[in-house]
Amino acid sequence: MNSNTNISPETMFTETDIGRRNRFVENIFKAFFFLMTCLMILPLLLIIGYLFYKALPVLSLDFLFTNPKDNMRAGGVWAPFLGTIYLVVVSLLVAAPIGVFAAVYLSEYARDNWFTRIVNLAVVNLAGVPSIVHALFGVGAFVLFARLGESILAASLTLAIMTLPVIIASTTEALKAVPMSFREACWNMGATRWQTIRRIVLPNSISGILTGVILQVSRAAGETAPIMFTGAVFFKPIVEGNPFAYNITEQCMALSLHLYTISTQVPDVIEGIPYGTAIVLVGSVLLVNAAAIVLRIYLRTRKKW
Amino acid sequence: MNNQKNKTGKKAPFLETLIESFIRLCGISSIIFVFGIFFFVFKEGAGFLFGGLDIWEFLTSEEWYPTSLNNKRYGTFALILGTFSVTALAMLIAVPFGLGAAIFVSEFCSPKLRETFKIVIELLAAIPSVVWGFIGLTVMNQLIIAVFNAPIGLTMLNGGIMLALMSVPIIVSIAEDALKAVPDSYREAAEALGATRWQVIYRVLLPAAKNGLLAAVLLGAARSIGETMAVLMATGHSVNIPSGPLSWIRTLTATIAAELGEVAQGDEHYQVLFIIGILLFTITFVVNLIADLVIKGIRQS
Repeated sequence: MNSNTNISPETMFTETDIGRRNRFVENIFKAFFFLMTCLMILPLLLIIGYLFYKALPVLSLDFLFTNPKDNMRAGGVWAPFLGTIYLVVVSLLVAAPIGVFAAVYLSEYARDNWFTRIVNLAVVNLAGVPSIVHALFGVGAFVLFARLGESILAASLTLAIMTLPVIIASTTEALKAVPMSFREACWNMGATRWQTIRRIVLPNSISGILTGVILQVSRAAGETAPIMFTGAVFFKPIVEGNPFAYNITEQCMALSLHLYTISTQVPDVIEGIPYGTAIVLVGSVLLVNAAAIVLRIYLRTRKKW
Repeated sequence: MNNQKNKTGKKAPFLETLIESFIRLCGISSIIFVFGIFFFVFKEGAGFLFGGLDIWEFLTSEEWYPTSLNNKRYGTFALILGTFSVTALAMLIAVPFGLGAAIFVSEFCSPKLRETFKIVIELLAAIPSVVWGFIGLTVMNQLIIAVFNAPIGLTMLNGGIMLALMSVPIIVSIAEDALKAVPDSYREAAEALGATRWQVIYRVLLPAAKNGLLAAVLLGAARSIGETMAVLMATGHSVNIPSGPLSWIRTLTATIAAELGEVAQGDEHYQVLFIIGILLFTITFVVNLIADLVIKGIRQS
């Protein structure tokens, strides 16, 4: 039917020279940006692979459950591993309620005015304060002023304040995602604001809140500088196999500080041990993060709205 | 939601009033903590800051001899230079990669690939700084010795590469948000005029998103300035005016981390470390404030 017109579908969709050149240029740029993205990601895989390879000789379940021995030149990571768990759990107990309620304030109570802007700016700045300044704050406020001394409690409080913005940011996001109509329906039934938050807003955003809490855990587990002078010590052996071996008013070892110590301060460590410690630390942090990602994807698929 | 009030006229029960005041208290907690951080760091350093420290010398002298017996000098110029030079080097590496990756993820990627990349970037951001330091100490150290034939690989270059890898995830995620915020109608209009994808990016998207991209770079730089463990372990840790990428340097953060454990509480050296803390707090506060104003500028336009 088109055979007697000048523009047939065939010629219409044939590429012109300029079109071909443009597509060529575009593909080059696409490949270039793809390469840049890969160059950013490859190091991660290579490095973790290398660490794992070097750590292989020492990695075993025993490594996790024996104390460092021989002035930290041999043995496992039990004391630092348990210390990190203590620090993370105590800081989580402090940071989670404050962070979640701060997010509730920002998303449900705060009006759009200058004061809210200052609160938001404070959250951004709290996230931007260097970790070593948090350490100085911890020394000044918790160790000296509050007379907690160098203890798990002081270190955890420092970590809690440092990781607060993580929880606030993701919880605010989760609360904002709950549709306004849900709240309006609840208010129309005569519910008060707090009842609405408790029965409607929080249950519907629990996945996002959990993601934030999990990310806080991974952040707190990896930090070194804030705990160096507030509660973590280079060496402190504890009873192997007893999960309640620490007291929160005492000092503890921590995985991150332990890695720093054995790789810079202690000579003649068995070669695999620092690598093993690094793998335990990276492994736990990445596992926790992966849990957050899986949870997020799983809950997104069963979202009700 | 903000203007809703309990209009039934009934008084809210006691428990609810209590909870609401707790929520308000938590809401302003960030302000309290930011002021608290400044106050307590300032309090520990104030005695020497106003009584004896020559502030001009503190900022401009390169002589850092805090433990010398008869010639104590507290000049941080070399440390400030160290911080800024390693940050600049890190940004030099991280900005092209970060922006390139952001452009690829936001403009060229299929949705499935985008999800994968974002997850990997999230994991990259999760690696603790002490592990980056350890990698600098072991892997990168050997690499630099082998490639540049240097005597020691713990240099500014090493620290810069580690900081670049650490700040790239921040740059990518914020830059990608900025590119996504450009309305689709801009892209469609440009494509309707026959522009190729690259022309759209170069002529339309980058100019339109430039504030967000600038904020991404600023926040990445703020992260690098404040980073402690990686630079402490990877840069050689010697007070030195940096002369090139292969020179040893020492930063403000690393100085605090290395020396705070060795000083007696309350003496001059101890207080100077807290004054360095105030300096760091001020620098990152200003950079974050600028980034926030830049982002706010986009929202208004």
